Amino acid sequence: MTRNPALDRRTILKGAAAGAALSITPLRHVRAAGAPVKVGVLLPTSGVLAFLGQACRRGIDLGARMMAESGAPAMEILHVDTESKAEQGRVAAEKLIREGCSVLIGAFDSGTTISAAQAAEAAKVPLVVNIAAAPQITSQGFQYVFRNFPPGATLVYNAVARIKELSSLTGVAPKTAVLMHVNDTFGHAVAKGVDILWQKLGVPIEIVDTISYSRSAKDLSVEIGRAKAAEPDILMPVTRVNDAILIVRELVKQNVGLLGVIGPGSPGPYEKAFTDATGKYGDEYMDCVPWYDPTRDKTKRAIAAFADDYPDQRFELNVGFSYEAVEIVADAIARAGTGEPQALQAALRETNLQDHIMYGGPITFDETGQNTNIGGVLLQNQGGAPQVIGPAEIAVAKPVFPMTPFAER
Amino acid sequence: MAELYLKVAASGLLIGTVYALIAIGLTIIFGVMRVVNFAHGEMVVMGMYLGYALWTLFAIPAIPAALIAAVVLFGLGVFLQVTVVSRFVGRPQHSQFILFIAFALVITGLHLMLMGPDARSIMAPISFETYSVGGLRLDAARVQAAATALVMILALIAFLRFTFIGRAIRAAADNPLGAEVVGIRSGRVYAITAGIGLACAGAAGALVSPLFDAQPFLAPEFTLLAFIIVIIGGLGSLTGALVGGLLIGVAEGFAALLINPAMKSMFSYGVLIAVLLFRPAGLFGGKEAR
Repeated sequence: MTRNPALDRRTILKGAAAGAALSITPLRHVRAAGAPVKVGVLLPTSGVLAFLGQACRRGIDLGARMMAESGAPAMEILHVDTESKAEQGRVAAEKLIREGCSVLIGAFDSGTTISAAQAAEAAKVPLVVNIAAAPQITSQGFQYVFRNFPPGATLVYNAVARIKELSSLTGVAPKTAVLMHVNDTFGHAVAKGVDILWQKLGVPIEIVDTISYSRSAKDLSVEIGRAKAAEPDILMPVTRVNDAILIVRELVKQNVGLLGVIGPGSPGPYEKAFTDATGKYGDEYMDCVPWYDPTRDKTKRAIAAFADDYPDQRFELNVGFSYEAVEIVADAIARAGTGEPQALQAALRETNLQDHIMYGGPITFDETGQNTNIGGVLLQNQGGAPQVIGPAEIAVAKPVFPMTPFAER
Repeated sequence: MAELYLKVAASGLLIGTVYALIAIGLTIIFGVMRVVNFAHGEMVVMGMYLGYALWTLFAIPAIPAALIAAVVLFGLGVFLQVTVVSRFVGRPQHSQFILFIAFALVITGLHLMLMGPDARSIMAPISFETYSVGGLRLDAARVQAAATALVMILALIAFLRFTFIGRAIRAAADNPLGAEVVGIRSGRVYAITAGIGLACAGAAGALVSPLFDAQPFLAPEFTLLAFIIVIIGGLGSLTGALVGGLLIGVAEGFAALLINPAMKSMFSYGVLIAVLLFRPAGLFGGKEAR
């Protein structure tokens, strides 16, 4: 038998020892002095959430460009795809930390964010959450997690409050409603939240039926037929973009007479895919979501820059919150005066951004790392795009309520 | 309320006809080659994307798009049969299963690469149009899809019954050895059968493209749906697939209305179990399309 000189017992033992040493070495942040601060971004840019992950990425890239132009400290953005898989959150976060990132941004969906947060916490590297609504993200005692997005309960609370204000805003008082929701974790949580807050806030509208439907529904004709049979004044769908489109199509085809359609904290109707697919029939659909403040100069500048970079895309909440995440990080780096993760964590704790683009008070983080000053707006699609119609101080359009019957459009 | 029940029944029958066309594509391949196409749903989605692309790029409506999709998928079926599947006919079922799962994964991957993960909806006026039939408002896209699917099913039955190739296909299904003995080339028959099976799936996909938004991840659902219908109707039976499709279409509609919309699919499985308990071979099991 010939012996392979490159592969003997000693070599294998040396290799094994090196591997063992490497495996017990903690993740380490390394940064050359004066080099740009590495900011790791983990988003689902492929897989089922890619459409939304890519919208977030556009916000990140725009934020990075505008921060650089405004003279903010130099940042190097490193993107990693989480492939729309929750378990990839930790893997992506560890990869970015290994590559020397001092701070992370991500991760759009709650499952991925939680797994990334665990990795960030273990490595003592701050994670700024751009979007993710699960309450446990900021209720587990993480010291390095900062969320600039409302948790589910706040999202629904703001939405119900906006719906309650609707009659004072429009002078029309709906009496009955049907709540429709997609049958997944998000849909159930929102529906349950609406149910509780409806009583708590004393909304004077009776929910006469609640209809859940499959997440993979391809056809909602029966569901809309059932909703129509209940003869509600308003329909409150909790949707994703695809089912929102299906709902509108069925409302038109079944000629359902409603005062309005209002999504309580629902993604979908403000997205370009929705307004493109539904055209004039998607107009006057309302939604209550966290949104940018269209009256601020900073927002106007960001929207104009976004239009230059992405003329075929829409500046919406995924873009806005992702943009703000970069702004929060840039602000923390500037105040810390260093790219050291510990210093950045301390700086993030002291964040107080008065002038920013999303609607709400100053960006600050409480002891759990949650920004509690995020507001909710009432949007209505008008002329094929979402417009802010409430609260009154930031409204840019007047509400159309009752909505124009579909047959008359 | 009576109007709602009537509408649900009508809608169920209409969509059930399209489901039947999907299932016929699956059952004809199995009936002739004894090969189970686990990538059938992917072929339906391919038809949906073709319908979407033809409308978006050339404003071709669903019915002509269905004919184009049928031709394209027929060609693909023949190609796959001649180049790959023919080597697997007669092999153990687990190796056939792996082959078709591989097809499914590759096609879904291609859909994702070419079209992306987001839903593609057709922005056509028909998506919002209805026909009034005796006071009942019926979805125009659904009526057109069902009528076209029914014409295609009847044409296929006539083709199998009255043409030489059709008779050859039935002969190969009944007795492959006997068919070879009398000079029928099984390879050619199998290629045409695979083409027809995929053409049914592709045409059905294009027909539903104004109704359902095309997405790569819809495929497994269509595959399962086709299996349920085929098993209810009886493997290899065209009549069974038609009846099974109508039954599932109506059952899903009433399950959504009377029980819970989120339980539509579960109800389909309930019907499947009930049929299998009382007629293990399916409603028309053993009665091949002759």
